[in-house]
Amino acid sequence: MSKATTNVDFRKVDVDQYEEEKYEDDAVVDDGVTGPNDAEVQALIAKGRLADALQTVLSTPPIASKNPAVKDKAAQVVMKVLTAFKAADIDGAIKNLDQNKLDVLMKYIYRGFEMSSEGNGAQLLVWHDKVFAVTGLGSIVRVLTDRRRV
Amino acid sequence: MPDNYSFGIEPVSCHAFNKDRTQVALSLNDSEVQIHKFAAGKWALTDTLAEHGQRVTGIDWAPNSNRIVTCGADRNAYVWTKQSDNKWKPTLVVLRINRAATSVRWSPQENKFAVSSGARMIAICYFEQENDWWISKQIKKPIRSTVTCLDWHPNNVLLACGSTDFKARVYSAYIKDVEEKPSATSWGSKMPFGNLMAEFSSGGGWVHSISFSANGERLAWVGHDSSVCVVDAANGQQLTTVKTDVLPFMSITWVTDNSLVAAGFDCCPMLYTYSSGNINFVSKLDDTAKQQVAGKVSAMARFKAMDSRAATDDSASETSLGTVHQNTITQLSIHSGTKSKCTKFATSGVDGQLVVWDVKSLESAFAGLRIA
Repeated sequence: MSKATTNVDFRKVDVDQYEEEKYEDDAVVDDGVTGPNDAEVQALIAKGRLADALQTVLSTPPIASKNPAVKDKAAQVVMKVLTAFKAADIDGAIKNLDQNKLDVLMKYIYRGFEMSSEGNGAQLLVWHDKVFAVTGLGSIVRVLTDRRRV
Repeated sequence: MPDNYSFGIEPVSCHAFNKDRTQVALSLNDSEVQIHKFAAGKWALTDTLAEHGQRVTGIDWAPNSNRIVTCGADRNAYVWTKQSDNKWKPTLVVLRINRAATSVRWSPQENKFAVSSGARMIAICYFEQENDWWISKQIKKPIRSTVTCLDWHPNNVLLACGSTDFKARVYSAYIKDVEEKPSATSWGSKMPFGNLMAEFSSGGGWVHSISFSANGERLAWVGHDSSVCVVDAANGQQLTTVKTDVLPFMSITWVTDNSLVAAGFDCCPMLYTYSSGNINFVSKLDDTAKQQVAGKVSAMARFKAMDSRAATDDSASETSLGTVHQNTITQLSIHSGTKSKCTKFATSGVDGQLVVWDVKSLESAFAGLRIA
């Protein structure tokens, strides 16, 4: 095929933004939750109180934030906590999480898969396996369908 | 064992039984509606209703007036009446929607029906004697996306709908030409046409199915985020949600005043109960998997299976699911009994099967199970 000689930039225009009746998610009030406090979490990890660190990071996910940098930073903190765990301690930590926190944890596990930094893969898969054993397919479906992304 | 009937390899898009359950109208993923009559333990095709231009998406059979209403992706709905020569005659209903219709339901008194559509609106249709045709009135606000499912309240006026904008809503569909003014209910007292009585957020996913309880006081729906929600209007519209650990449900119905049966992508109906603000999972209602655990497999057969099919466990059947349905269940309906005392319910799905489940035999098959 010959190269198009006319300008094809029109294909890059996002026409959906002009749709009058475009669906907008319910305005989620940005309640200023900017994710876990990095220093606090680092301190907990250093002291070896990993289960507490996990509870802390899972109770303040910046779901409402519109700033992607905030979400990235929070995800990094969570990854630090997840990788600090020893495989044997994971079960115990998961037992103390309620349904909501487990759903948030599953969202972060998949976020971790997305970020795919070299060292994390195996540890994340162990986490995935253990959380899946407790929550089943339902939590994975919620990772995929929930509009409130982590 | 539940009675299962296969209608071929095409999915059953939708089904509806007549009053005494001797006939069923269903569509097999095309633009025709087939009517089958039950005789000698089998369903035999008696009529084909071909009027829709595109896929039929919803069928409902009015038990008392014996009229069938069908709706399709061709943006039309037809009301079929049986003539004296036993043929079904269609009447076109002009819905004035510019997207496909998704489902249709007769109201309890059968003097009107509701059609949900992708045009972000619900069309309420009633018959006008003077002009001898069906008129539609539309409910639009504040629906923001496709309406997927509908259910009528027993008072013939309130209508619940679920939508892909993640909300479940209750509207008033009061048509003054065909009925008296309704008295107040737990959902509110002012019911002008199109009034939004209540709106609930279902969590994160599309609402696939919604069901009023028999007395209309409770409303249950299922969302694509694997959740089941119940609202109790009698208790200050208290909303309870349970996030399940199974795949999402596509259909839900009340089978007693406190029990729900839901079915969906797990190909298996499941029983839940609702009491004092809690939804509790009781049991899966399909025990085919247990029955499949065969006797001992010989060592020779074991290695043969490992060699040829890389089959490492000795489950009897590698090629079929351990449930009656082999693919997603898309619709549940009450077969015998009512929503407050169901004795049989039917399921149809993507595997082309229609299965009728008997509550009594389920109760005996699962020791200690009581559906009450």
